[in-house]
Amino acid sequence: MSTVTTDRGTSTPPAATAGAARSRLPALLLGGCLVLIASIAVAVTIGPADIDVSDVWTTLLSRVGLAEPTLSVLRDGIIWDLRLPRTLLAAVCGAGLAVCGVVMQSLLRNPLADPFVLGVSSGASTGAVLVIVLGVGSGVLSMSGGAFLGAVASFALVLTLSHTLGGTTDRVVLSGVAVMQLLSALTSFIVLTSADAQTTRGVLFWLLGSLANASWSEVTTCAVVLAGTLLVCSGYARSLDAFAFGEDAAATLGVSVGRTRVVLMSVTALLTAVLVSSVGAIGFVGLVLPHAARLLTGPGHARLLPVSAVAGAVLLVWVDTIARTVLEPQEVPVGVVTALIGVPAFVLILYRSRGAQ
Amino acid sequence: MTAAESDPDVGLAATGVSRSLGGGLVLDGVSVAPADGSTVGVLGPNGSGKSTLLRVLAGVLKPSAGRVTVDGQDLSDVARRTLAQRVAVVEQHSDTQIPLTVRDVVGLGRVPHRRAWLASSATDEAAIHEALEQTGMTTKASQRWQTLSGGERQRVQIARALAQRPRELLLDEPTNHLDVQHQFELLDLLSSLPVTSVIALHDLNLAAMYCDEIVLLDQGAVVAAGSSADVLTEDLILQVYNVKAEVTTSPEGHPHVRFLRN
Repeated sequence: MSTVTTDRGTSTPPAATAGAARSRLPALLLGGCLVLIASIAVAVTIGPADIDVSDVWTTLLSRVGLAEPTLSVLRDGIIWDLRLPRTLLAAVCGAGLAVCGVVMQSLLRNPLADPFVLGVSSGASTGAVLVIVLGVGSGVLSMSGGAFLGAVASFALVLTLSHTLGGTTDRVVLSGVAVMQLLSALTSFIVLTSADAQTTRGVLFWLLGSLANASWSEVTTCAVVLAGTLLVCSGYARSLDAFAFGEDAAATLGVSVGRTRVVLMSVTALLTAVLVSSVGAIGFVGLVLPHAARLLTGPGHARLLPVSAVAGAVLLVWVDTIARTVLEPQEVPVGVVTALIGVPAFVLILYRSRGAQ
Repeated sequence: MTAAESDPDVGLAATGVSRSLGGGLVLDGVSVAPADGSTVGVLGPNGSGKSTLLRVLAGVLKPSAGRVTVDGQDLSDVARRTLAQRVAVVEQHSDTQIPLTVRDVVGLGRVPHRRAWLASSATDEAAIHEALEQTGMTTKASQRWQTLSGGERQRVQIARALAQRPRELLLDEPTNHLDVQHQFELLDLLSSLPVTSVIALHDLNLAAMYCDEIVLLDQGAVVAAGSSADVLTEDLILQVYNVKAEVTTSPEGHPHVRFLRN
């Protein structure tokens, strides 16, 4: 038994206070929502067709029947059928991926955990590729249907595998990585051996994420699942806090560890599956956003969850705007842009918080 | 067990508890029933089952035989949350990667008392404030957990446990990382609290000074239990620790153990 000598024995700088930086939650959320609405309004106007914010407003009012349609059918169509659903889907996906990241990182006590660690996105890719390339269940299953089934199947595989291997949190992460590698290899194999050049390009674009085919039905589905997930997860906010010192500590703080894990993993996996089957695999949002949001809110999940959601929404709205305009008329896959922005941001955040490790 | 007022139907009690881990029997028919408000020391060599006993008492491990009860009710029939409102645990090691302040950590003690979606109540705030005061951590409330020394971390975890407002407090070698002064401060604090404490300890003399009752474990079984004078005898120390010792009575009236070279 060694004896640490004094209270002043550590070499870390003193009094790294985190309390002062924490603003009140309502103010943060209100501000965040205003920024989000403004971002959506502005993002919709950006693009090859010349549209301004008042056009967006007119379209909105006329569509809900509060004003006479004054815009041309074309401009109205661009706003209502193309830009608005796309921008809203970006917001919903950004929010969803951020929420999944927050929950996974806390639950698995792993700062590297994100929705993709559970193998969900690679499962979705494999499912989609099977439908597109091999025509499995074609006619019955759409590409997104295949993606959804693939996501759920791979999640089940990860959970079964991790349970067989001992059920600890690091086993979940390791199983996720293993399944992810396996399914990625499978996807590449199928694409390389069976697809023609055109299909390969389509699949690749989808694997890297794309919001180009956004529709109102996808916006609605994703938004409903997001709202449900957010509600469930924020109900478990204190339990997530209690995981800070591990599962045993959470248990002695009254958390039913097993039930909490099953419930939260299921809802986040479901949300990831729904998102990935709509927009493909958009990486780094779930990984980076929670770390950034924690700087704003502090570690409490009652604040962290909603603030991450809003921040993720704003981020992806702008990322998608960049993705579709920077190389006009060509689109950059949104996953490429999130990675290009995400990696330096991630390094910066880790660098700033290095004193805490 | 020995203390006159102890009664297995009041407070936390283990009756004939066994537990196997990895094929071996780690606890073998252990019974403990701490008297209300007393400080019970659990002693024994490494691997004698001290930590396992605490984990079984905390409900983190289920006993393979025997029962653990709280006010006579089997632990498996008590909801985790209800249990956490009255039994608090301080683990031997605790660490986190999350940048928490001292106050955040102490606030975790209110988790079992809080309802989903609701903000913290005045009782929560009062409990956190009081726990920080009791452990002398008020001035460090906004300091990062990661910047604290081992001794401070231990005190913060005890403050967190006190914020749970427990009736029973289970501590696994809380003096492990502390220098002598802080060991005394900590045990002074624990024995002054109006809670029943069960403390796994290594230091026989600290146990003799602070514990109302001592349970001596060896290879998962209770070798002796009772007052420090009953348990800390030269014969039992030789038998359990395989070390010769001379036991005298200190001026304060408790036994004093002096180990001898063979």
